[in-house]
Amino acid sequence: MDHAPTPFMAAHRFGFGLAGTKAPGTTGRDALHDQLAHPEWALITEPLPDGVASIRDFVRINNAFNAFRNEVARRETEGIVTPAGTPAPVSPGSPYVLLVLPELRARTARAMSGEADFLERLVVFWSNHFAVSMTKGGTLMPQIGPYERSVIRPGITGKFVDLLLAATRHPAMLLFLDNNVSVGPNSPVGLRRRRGLNENLAREILELHTLGVDGGYTQADVTAFAAALTGWTVTGYNPPPDAATPPPDPGQFIFRAQEHEPGPQTVLGRVYAEPGEDQARAILRDLARHPATARFIAGKMARHFIADVPPPGLVARMAATYLATDGDLGALARSMIDAPEAWAPPLAKLRSPYEFLIAAQRTVGVPVFRPRAYGMLANLGQQILAPASPAGFPDTSDDWMGADAIKTRADFALEFATGFNGDPAALARGVLGPALTDETLTAIRRAETGRQGLVLLLMSPEFQRR
Amino acid sequence: MPRLTLSRQSLPNQSLPHQSLPNQSLSRQALSRRSLLGAGVTLFGGAFLPSVAAAAGGQDPRFLTIILRGALDGLSAVPPIGDPDYVAMRGALALSTEGPQAVLPAGGFFAINPRLARLHALLTAGDALVVQAVATPYRERSHFDGQNLLESGLTQTGGNEGWLNRVLTATAGRPIAQGQLTQGQMTQGEAPRGLSVAPTAPLIIRGPAPVLTWAPQFTVSADADTVQRLLGLYDARDPALATALRHGARMDAEANAQPARNAGGIGAPARFAELAAFAADRMARPDGPRIAALSVDGWDTHAAQGPTTGRLGQLFGFLDEGIGALQAGLGPVWRQTSVLLVTEFGRTVRINGTAGTDHGTGTIAILLGGAVQGGRVIADWPGLAEASLFAGRDLAPTTDLRAVIKGVLADQFGLSRQMLAQTIFPGSAAVSPMAGLIKTG
Repeated sequence: MDHAPTPFMAAHRFGFGLAGTKAPGTTGRDALHDQLAHPEWALITEPLPDGVASIRDFVRINNAFNAFRNEVARRETEGIVTPAGTPAPVSPGSPYVLLVLPELRARTARAMSGEADFLERLVVFWSNHFAVSMTKGGTLMPQIGPYERSVIRPGITGKFVDLLLAATRHPAMLLFLDNNVSVGPNSPVGLRRRRGLNENLAREILELHTLGVDGGYTQADVTAFAAALTGWTVTGYNPPPDAATPPPDPGQFIFRAQEHEPGPQTVLGRVYAEPGEDQARAILRDLARHPATARFIAGKMARHFIADVPPPGLVARMAATYLATDGDLGALARSMIDAPEAWAPPLAKLRSPYEFLIAAQRTVGVPVFRPRAYGMLANLGQQILAPASPAGFPDTSDDWMGADAIKTRADFALEFATGFNGDPAALARGVLGPALTDETLTAIRRAETGRQGLVLLLMSPEFQRR
Repeated sequence: MPRLTLSRQSLPNQSLPHQSLPNQSLSRQALSRRSLLGAGVTLFGGAFLPSVAAAAGGQDPRFLTIILRGALDGLSAVPPIGDPDYVAMRGALALSTEGPQAVLPAGGFFAINPRLARLHALLTAGDALVVQAVATPYRERSHFDGQNLLESGLTQTGGNEGWLNRVLTATAGRPIAQGQLTQGQMTQGEAPRGLSVAPTAPLIIRGPAPVLTWAPQFTVSADADTVQRLLGLYDARDPALATALRHGARMDAEANAQPARNAGGIGAPARFAELAAFAADRMARPDGPRIAALSVDGWDTHAAQGPTTGRLGQLFGFLDEGIGALQAGLGPVWRQTSVLLVTEFGRTVRINGTAGTDHGTGTIAILLGGAVQGGRVIADWPGLAEASLFAGRDLAPTTDLRAVIKGVLADQFGLSRQMLAQTIFPGSAAVSPMAGLIKTG
């Protein structure tokens, strides 16, 4: 395989594979540049409730669902038998089914469509960088989908500072990292109610979103930044709006001056004397243009797309681009795909479970992401929008290379292949193009059944790695 | 009641353990243990350990490490209720010594959280111990770096191989069952001695020595013929995938088909008992793994911590249920087993503004199992007074976690000091293995 960009490499390394790619281009690079020139292709246009509506719906749906469950339990305990001819109580639907699943379907539909795979991969990358998680439960759950749609998708080719500000201000992030309950100890509310700081958000912004853990900040910086962030909170919270009557318009960003720690704060040696909300905003602006942030972001993006240990020269050039363009993420992505190193073999990075399941279903020709596959994601350790920690999902081959995980991929490949009776060798040529090896082609040809051949294709090294 | 002084002592070994005795009803047992420790003072001073300890656990030992991810609040698990500053420092998170949520006694100075009743029973029976004010060498406050150091066993972050994997290498060739494997042979055809109960191996047990991974699942299983064909392809093209699939397929074939409980991902606390039961069942088998790792997520209690009836109390309940599952499942090999529970660091001594605690330093480690010389809380107690806190906010660490682990590995597996200081925990020569953690004879 030569080093020149090809439509195959563009689809395989920077998308979800050649199968199902709508416009692979003629050089590969052209297709990727085309997508970066049309960031609106990353948007989800179908109508879904925004965060505020989602919270209100959640309260209503959750109450109805709990009432239903209690009624079922009561009938069971009391031994009530529904008389013949009368309908049994019907579930009104859980919050997960009614609010979360539509979000997941909309997300997977973008990936399954193959219309703008590179943009979709960038969405997944940035969503994981600014990770929030449904695992925290409660009223945070219905905010996660709206967060990705309204913050991440419009931000993937804009300025990093805008994405950082939007992500930090969004109720999903504020709730996920506890900033809604962080109060300046010397603020009016802090003094009256004896409440204080929670440094969770400040620390994770420094460690995970901007400078990186080696970015040169101290505990004092974390504390000062946390103080500056006090007052950045969410309407209708404390107590959370799961009461029978929710407060009006719960789940919106609000700056509460009476919770904000008064006075200047010093972060990374600079004194921030801005009043109120602008204090943390100024800190975030400076963090976004910090050289440590440029290095951290460039290295993380190159590691995600190119190799577990990306070429240092490539990372340095990407970081330089970041600084020269004031953190223009479109320019950053362009500097990556314009680099020759980005197209160099080998195909070494193991596809993440999400990438594998999308690519496998597109190869099999499934039109929509199967409901069953959401469970497969959980089983493979990558339940979408539900990472176990604020660091998001891990991003190296070793992280996904467990014995059980690989065997489970084979089991799932078998499920996808059920019912297939086409020619797996022809399919392999179409999907793997120039990467298809003689060994894999021979193994597929010798398969006992078309189904088995398809499993061998989906599990072949060149399909599993990109 | 007899209790050793808890002040710092000026003895050569900085991590000299002090003990507090479980409670008065145990005084006879406790006294004999105390005299044993008294006689063993020179051991604490750094006596060389024989390369093969004549320990109860020395016979075909089992060792399981459980990582409690997110930074467990040691002061909620094993509260120092006798510390004069405890109540003032902890405020609303201070545990009560009376009422329905009263702590369980562990010698007077320390106590056990009421949600950890099984742990308390093991402690009382002499099959568990707690080390308080312990920490890895990590002194920053990132979960991810903290876990990296905890698992790599190094003193700098960035390691990509776990210390438990190095233990597997160091003990390679040991018989899995007496006389079953010959010295030094470890081929792909034989069962690895390491087990990770997770879909992918966590760093702690990742490395060159082969490790099985297993996680409960619910799906159709790729048939043996398809797996064989894939293995043929992988052997020719991709050795890493070959190794992974080979072990995954074997594990899968052995696992009882269990209906999976819909209780979250593999690290979800509610699933811990299920995973613990699986690990115990495997480790109890004559041909099963001898060294295993598993994780429980969720200990990052920044807000509304609730140490007994709230969120943390629920987590302790899940943990305790898992401890019960381990004891039951290990059954006949319980007396050969030690189980180590560790976390990346502790949490702030003071409660934060949101009824929780932020990232701290000193915390606890728990050691349990029939091989453990238990019945005590080991602590070189630094105190909770303002001036004693690390960085003015955290429980000061006085025992290096590596001393505890090295002590277990020395006595249970007979690993030499040199091996422990150079290979298992490189650069740890100054950290002496803590003696007397494993039962003798």
